Amino acid sequence: MINQYKVLQIIRQIGNKINEHKDFLTELDNVIGDGDHGINMARGFAEVEKKFPTLEGKDIGTILKTVGMTLVSTVGGASGPLYGTAFMKAGAALTGKSEMDINDFLNVFQQAIEGVMQRGRSTTGEKTMLDAMVPAKEAIEKTLADTNDVKKAMEAGVAAAKEGVEYTKTIIAKKGRASYLGERSIGHQDPGATSFALILEVIASMV
Amino acid sequence: MVGFVIVSHSQKLAESVVELTGAMAPGAKIAAAGGLEDGSFGTSFDRISNAVNEVYSDDGVIVLMDMGSAVMTTEMVLESMPERKIKMADCPLVEGAIIGTISAISGRSLEAVLKDLSEVKNMVKIPN
Repeated sequence: MINQYKVLQIIRQIGNKINEHKDFLTELDNVIGDGDHGINMARGFAEVEKKFPTLEGKDIGTILKTVGMTLVSTVGGASGPLYGTAFMKAGAALTGKSEMDINDFLNVFQQAIEGVMQRGRSTTGEKTMLDAMVPAKEAIEKTLADTNDVKKAMEAGVAAAKEGVEYTKTIIAKKGRASYLGERSIGHQDPGATSFALILEVIASMV
Repeated sequence: MVGFVIVSHSQKLAESVVELTGAMAPGAKIAAAGGLEDGSFGTSFDRISNAVNEVYSDDGVIVLMDMGSAVMTTEMVLESMPERKIKMADCPLVEGAIIGTISAISGRSLEAVLKDLSEVKNMVKIPN
């Protein structure tokens, strides 16, 4: 079980992690995208950080919805509406809750995936964050069923997300600026999948 | 009169499209929502919301976007105002803005302007 205070700590750590990897994410995006992913995400999470005083003691649903709205309002690139929708959908599934367990997390994760698919009109195999999200969720589910060990399940999720990032190097982009590069997008990893793997790594390290 | 919002990653591009429609369709209700708050490239939820508010009436608003996050962010703005009559047009930005505003100042309804814009999507510029 994790409570709303822990959720806030995790969000803060996600912000720190994104900020640490800001230049790396932007570099990846420079190659195939419009070169703003790291800067945009760091700006979004810096604004999220400013909302923290108003979120102390709020339920998990409110926290996640606020994070989502803030990202939508401040990120400025495609990752704003995509991560924004993911967090808002997650928040809607946890309205009023002050605690969540691994099953809540899996449910929320599914909502987030569906939100991203809907918003981006995308699916797996198109060189997007979904190529990290979907296998990660499946790995967590499977490992949890096999071992009933949350820590192991989350670690398996992170490993699957990283594999998903590697997989994005092998496929042609079908979404966003990178899609106009066609085959020239092969060999480069997707920045959105990469930032998602970083986010999941933070979550896994804190539960 | 139907209002218009021009959403672009570029502040200057959005403003210039609005300026151009001012010459082609004087009196049209149209607002620019380009770039981020600091003027850099990107699309801003708040700028789009404010632009919608600026031109909104019961006749409705049509939003024209460039691409990518401009479309997704506009979608989220529309979802945040479900009670309002706002539609996104799926057509080229500049051509759509000009033809749409000309259609709107002639008093056509939102549905009629949208129909005009659906034709803009297939407009042939260089007939054989």
